[in-house]
Amino acid sequence: MKAFLNIVSRDLRLALRQKSDLTMAVLFFILTAMLFPFGLGPEPNLLARIAPGIIWVTALLAVLLSLERLFLADYEDGSLEQLILSSTSLEIAVLAKVLAHWLTTGLPLILAAPLIALLFNMDSDAMTILLIAMVLGTPSLSLIGAIAATLTLGARRGGVLIPLLVLPLYIPTLIFGVGAIDAAMNSLEAGAVIANARPHLLLLGAILLVSLLITPLAGAAALRQSVE
Amino acid sequence: MSVFHRFANPNRFLKLTNQVLPWVSGLTVISLAVGLYMSFFTSPPDYQQGESVRIMYIHVPSAWMAMFVYTSIAIASVCSLIWRHPLADLAAKASAPIGAGFTFLALATGSLWGKPMWGAWWVWDARLTSVLILFFLYLGHMALMNAFEEQERGNKAAAVLAIVGFVNIPIIKFSVDWWNTLHQPASVMRADGPTIDPSMLWPLMIMGIAFKLFYIVVLLIRIKSELIEAKLRKYRRAVVDKAH
Amino acid sequence: MGSSLFQGKDLTCIRGGRTVFLGLNFNLAKGQALVLEGPNGSGKSSLIRMLSGLVRPRFGKLVWQEQDATKDPEIFQKHIHYIGHRNAIKPVLTVLENLAYWSGKTKDDPGLEDALDHFRMLPLKHTPANLLSSGQSRRLTLSRLLASERSVWLLDEPSVGLDVASVSLLEEVIKTHRLKGGSVIFATHSPIQVENPDRLNLQDYSPLYNKELLEIENDEESWI
Repeated sequence: MKAFLNIVSRDLRLALRQKSDLTMAVLFFILTAMLFPFGLGPEPNLLARIAPGIIWVTALLAVLLSLERLFLADYEDGSLEQLILSSTSLEIAVLAKVLAHWLTTGLPLILAAPLIALLFNMDSDAMTILLIAMVLGTPSLSLIGAIAATLTLGARRGGVLIPLLVLPLYIPTLIFGVGAIDAAMNSLEAGAVIANARPHLLLLGAILLVSLLITPLAGAAALRQSVE
Repeated sequence: MSVFHRFANPNRFLKLTNQVLPWVSGLTVISLAVGLYMSFFTSPPDYQQGESVRIMYIHVPSAWMAMFVYTSIAIASVCSLIWRHPLADLAAKASAPIGAGFTFLALATGSLWGKPMWGAWWVWDARLTSVLILFFLYLGHMALMNAFEEQERGNKAAAVLAIVGFVNIPIIKFSVDWWNTLHQPASVMRADGPTIDPSMLWPLMIMGIAFKLFYIVVLLIRIKSELIEAKLRKYRRAVVDKAH
Repeated sequence: MGSSLFQGKDLTCIRGGRTVFLGLNFNLAKGQALVLEGPNGSGKSSLIRMLSGLVRPRFGKLVWQEQDATKDPEIFQKHIHYIGHRNAIKPVLTVLENLAYWSGKTKDDPGLEDALDHFRMLPLKHTPANLLSSGQSRRLTLSRLLASERSVWLLDEPSVGLDVASVSLLEEVIKTHRLKGGSVIFATHSPIQVENPDRLNLQDYSPLYNKELLEIENDEESWI
């Protein structure tokens, strides 16, 4: 546990001292989402209807952008070898790195999401569900993305490969993430919002659990391969 | 030199392949001929879809193979990671393009079939969408396998990816079905009927077997050529090393 | 010298389809210094990485204190410290933070300052690592040896970038380590003086240099 927190705090400190990395994903998220009204027209009902999809797709792309550097610096400067040789179990280390990644990428996206929801006329019920869905969904994006990040270490064109590997695996998260908000927006009575969104949210939670199980195993195996 | 007895033997594999290959090839040709004849001539046209139902005899076995080959790759990947058997890597590497080919065939025939049925080349039908995602999983697997200077590393990375992808396939399939029932109007016709007449089932089954045999033939040929290539590389290197 | 601490039997390393070395044996005792020799490409780095557990031997056995550790490198990994070509230093962290992270100690641990002092790095302890020269970076990396307190050191070209004075600091540190019962295996092209070292010439095990091995390697029975 101490080693886990050690890695998380080191990665957070590294991210905080290189501020540009921290803001890049959020900026990308906001700017890309802002482009859609220009492409689709300012009609409020249309924007409110497509807002869940736009927020999730842009959030997903923002996470994608940040994946390459998740393990690359460690791989290039030799830290990864030391990490593998250290007494910390590599599976725990992978989880720690992913948590740090989520804290510096996923969490800022969640904080920025209400702003975009406002710009797209989303009502407050839907916004609540949006936040819950993102809290459950964005960690899965970091976890699944980490597998691709570890697998492409040392590859030619690693940055181009990551989207190809990761996007098919992101589809379930996208479907249930958007589905939860859609369900909330389509419910007619106020009381039914949570009840309608619940199955989607539960499935997002299930995906999170599966990812929590797979990522440490696959990630650790891929990291060991990468230094061999 | 005790070390060298532990080397697995590619020559034995080559010998075995050469013995089996003519027989499997013969069976493939026969079953393919019978299957095609039955699907084109003896099976009846569908009362709703007419002659275009015959696309099914290519489309459905291709879709089966798309999944079958991916499963084989996942199994080979497990063997490669646990027992580190080089033949498992070769099998996975040789399978991927074949599986991708079948997947593409399933998509293309599905699209051709969809045009008369749905009036559009592409419909976001749950099955077709799942097959499309599977196609991207294949592309990712092949791209990763060839992305490294060292083939060994590519093999191992692709093996991990194949297993992760395989675990995810049911999740993807489920989510796409869910998404589809939410967004599609109920009037969309499903590609499969609940029951199928024996006069259609037989050609379908024979085509299914023919496709599997075809996969085995191409797989064996591809592994064989990989082995021969490796041997050539070794001889070439030996010449260089001797001159060193 | 004591009994065997770390042993390799019949080790074979294959990289990128090429046999780097084969049939290699070594034996390391407590307090021993093993110097790896051989020209470029004879597999010194590969052997050191294999002994660190990063690379698994294709064939052969690694034995740690009479226990077969070939399948389970964690048995010896907790006793070794590996220093490779790269320094594993984060440029935005200070010297002390870098050292604290890899040794698993808190920043106020006196052992850290002590380790830095041995390599004359103490005055720089609050300097961000991106301001260090390459020699200073290497010294920071080497001070991890003292901070981490492992019994076997695996050093791949430890003196790269070091000036003469710094090399003698390293020699001093190795000497003290051995007096305390520690062992060291290293590969180097610039001379590092240690007392009565054992030498292992990898040229003898490399098919690239030993033509006799080439014949075995090209045996029809062997794998691709």
